[in-house]
Amino acid sequence: MGRYVIRRLLQMIPVFIGSTFLIFFMVYALGDPVAALFGDKAPDPATAAQIRHDLYLDHSLGAQYLHYMKNIFVGDFGTAFNGESVTSLMGSAFPITIRLTIVAIIFEIIIGILLGVITGMRRGKPVDTGVLLLTLVVISVPTFVTGYVLQYVFGVELKWTAPSVSPSAPFNELILPGLVLALVSLAYVTRLTRTSIAENTRADYVRTAVAKGLPRHRVITRHLLRNSLIPVVTFIGTDIGALMGGAIVTERIFNIHGVGYQLYQGILRNNAPTVVGFVTILVLVFLLANLLVDLLYAVLDPRIRYA
Amino acid sequence: MRGATRVRCAVGVLAVALAATACGGGSSSGDGGGSGIVRASWGDPQNPLEPADTNEVQGGKVLDMIFRGLKKYNPKTAEAENMIAQSITTTDSQNFDIKIKSGWKFSNGEPVTSDSFINAWNYGALLKNAQLNAFFFEQIDGYDKVHPDAAGAKSTATKLSGLTKVSDTEFKVKLNQKFSLWPDTLGYSAFYPLPQSFFSNHSAWLKSPVGDGPYTIQKYTKGTQMSLRKWDGYKGPDAAENNGVDLRVYTDNNTAYTDLQAGNIDLVDDIPATQLKNVKSDLGSRYINEPAGIIQTIAFPLYDDRWSSAKSALVRQGLSMAINRKQITQQIFQNTRTPATDWTSPVLGDAGGYKEGLCGDTCDYNPTKAKQLIQQGGGLPGGRITIGYNADTGSHKDWVDAVCNSINNVLDNNKACVGEPTGTFADFRNKITNKQMTNPFRSGWQMDYPLIQDFLQPLYYTDASSNDSHYSNPQFDKLVNEANAESDTGKAVGTFQDAEKLLVKDMPAIPLWYQNGSAGYSTNLSNVTLNPFSVPVYNEIKVK
Repeated sequence: MGRYVIRRLLQMIPVFIGSTFLIFFMVYALGDPVAALFGDKAPDPATAAQIRHDLYLDHSLGAQYLHYMKNIFVGDFGTAFNGESVTSLMGSAFPITIRLTIVAIIFEIIIGILLGVITGMRRGKPVDTGVLLLTLVVISVPTFVTGYVLQYVFGVELKWTAPSVSPSAPFNELILPGLVLALVSLAYVTRLTRTSIAENTRADYVRTAVAKGLPRHRVITRHLLRNSLIPVVTFIGTDIGALMGGAIVTERIFNIHGVGYQLYQGILRNNAPTVVGFVTILVLVFLLANLLVDLLYAVLDPRIRYA
Repeated sequence: MRGATRVRCAVGVLAVALAATACGGGSSSGDGGGSGIVRASWGDPQNPLEPADTNEVQGGKVLDMIFRGLKKYNPKTAEAENMIAQSITTTDSQNFDIKIKSGWKFSNGEPVTSDSFINAWNYGALLKNAQLNAFFFEQIDGYDKVHPDAAGAKSTATKLSGLTKVSDTEFKVKLNQKFSLWPDTLGYSAFYPLPQSFFSNHSAWLKSPVGDGPYTIQKYTKGTQMSLRKWDGYKGPDAAENNGVDLRVYTDNNTAYTDLQAGNIDLVDDIPATQLKNVKSDLGSRYINEPAGIIQTIAFPLYDDRWSSAKSALVRQGLSMAINRKQITQQIFQNTRTPATDWTSPVLGDAGGYKEGLCGDTCDYNPTKAKQLIQQGGGLPGGRITIGYNADTGSHKDWVDAVCNSINNVLDNNKACVGEPTGTFADFRNKITNKQMTNPFRSGWQMDYPLIQDFLQPLYYTDASSNDSHYSNPQFDKLVNEANAESDTGKAVGTFQDAEKLLVKDMPAIPLWYQNGSAGYSTNLSNVTLNPFSVPVYNEIKVK
């Protein structure tokens, strides 16, 4: 397995270089960032030229990319326009978004799988139909609608929680935003688990386990669930990356200064170092989450071997 | 046993992921009202907080709290009044003698002397420092040596030759041309003094700026929150009446408004457009809606063939008359804009140069006349126009569509005018700066200082810094020069208005409406007002 992990890690290098290259060029295509710094005034040519020089923007695109990559390898991700280094932006943004993602994933795992098992075991019963309908509603309502509605109901009307998250964003304040962020994926997890469970309830090994006289909860957790979770784990694994990068709507509604917010600001202000830096880290998160998923397969099903 | 290793391995990976997050949970509290602290909404400043590098409202707010300059604009009348300046005198409108009051100090204990100003201004003007507001020093003699205009040029001097120190409390300024209203520009943040610590340890200063104003910065977490506290050592006449202000960055003004409703914050100075309908019933008298020194216009690319013909001024006038300003300000902006009838702003007051109705009939909605003028001018260029705007900030789409709709109704042609969005503000500004516009586009002007000069010269003087239309009229330039040289303020204002009257005929930009500042506050606060720049007057706010 060690060799497998090393091979996978090595494969990340070309993906990493390729993706940063693409993002760098895409941000560059958005246009010249310097003009926007001057607001509604036209930049005076000398100051604009000086700023371009300071930001290394007066070189060719290829040279800019090489310069950027060279700096990345010594841990320098460049500077955002407000004078703060991108590394320190990341240092404040990523922990917050990771906490938000963890809350969301926990919701997905606990509620999603629980509902999936319940409905999968009782196919066609009223519970099953009810949950299916509910997931359909959740999937079809956009996140910003649920976000604003829940924020208003729990934050303003019931006053159970503050409508916005404080700057330090501790776990307990992230419960509501985490739920909002998790909702759509949660519905998918429920449906995936349900189908998978429903399929496996008729499998031979379940019949054998029942015939052996094992207690019901042991049949479900050790035999049925373990085999049914493989597609669900795949989904949750890839969802980690999607949640972190895609939290922009939720982060905006609850005023969370995480990755989505910084990316949005970076794009608005054409700040290549911010956008490329953050996306680079997100790419790494995606790659690592996928590796983690592949490693978890073996835990769930020992027949899966790595060469 | 293999199974066991696998489990341990997976648990290890998860543990790493969890550990990575554990280190983040900082302990900045800062919330919790009471104790005389104002909790206010804020936007992330775009640039580092240096006086000569800050050209937008959010950074400007902070600078105005932690700094005081030679002059300060009266929050009610917009008049420039002496603050640190004891007197600013001139005999020829070109050489100024500035005496400063003694006893002023920066919050780190350094005294405010003439050097604090001279060094700050030299720093702001020097090309190498790439300060966005460098051009505010362009009237001072020697600017062209310190800050040559052409891209790639090198400065041949590091100090402005027009600044001479006489003593610690007096210095002289020589301008490169007559400009009688120049002392009134000195309330702008670019002219603030800087302590020695700014030059000796620049990066430390940027992390926590030190000024000479009524507040000091207690804690600044970039992009998130700034805690300002009353500075007890402040000797100026306008000390803070509260114990401090916590500025909290909001990414979405809807969330700030929701937080205000929930009592999580005390002051919101940007009411979201979607809430304007409810805001009066929600807040009652705690909602402020006052004119600010901001005018919005539609500018024309006069450098383009489509707009440069002799008769096209008639088309521009016709378009101005085809816009139903009153209806749009009522229905789309819920009266948070006032239809414009000149090119300045009501905050200047009559004495300052605002003249209601200067534009005359040309800025009134008159469908028949509008259609007639457009036809006389040869019709819309190419039969149809677009109005350019940036789609990322502000709700420009709504009013641009309404303006086009108004024009289309007048012309009986629903394809005559459509909005043309550009994705980002950066890209939009680039197109304008690079003269790539072929059609009219939205334009806005927020005054730097409350002078009629600031509404005319930067925007319509030949090759001026913000002349997006690239309008050029020798007569206009001549009148502006005359007005600047005029030593009597009343006469100067009159001459500026004569220049402004030329804009009615040439119509390089259609005045649309004056923007109001809007704010709302909680029952915890009293004495909340907006200054002419639509920024809350923080130091006068009282906390219950």
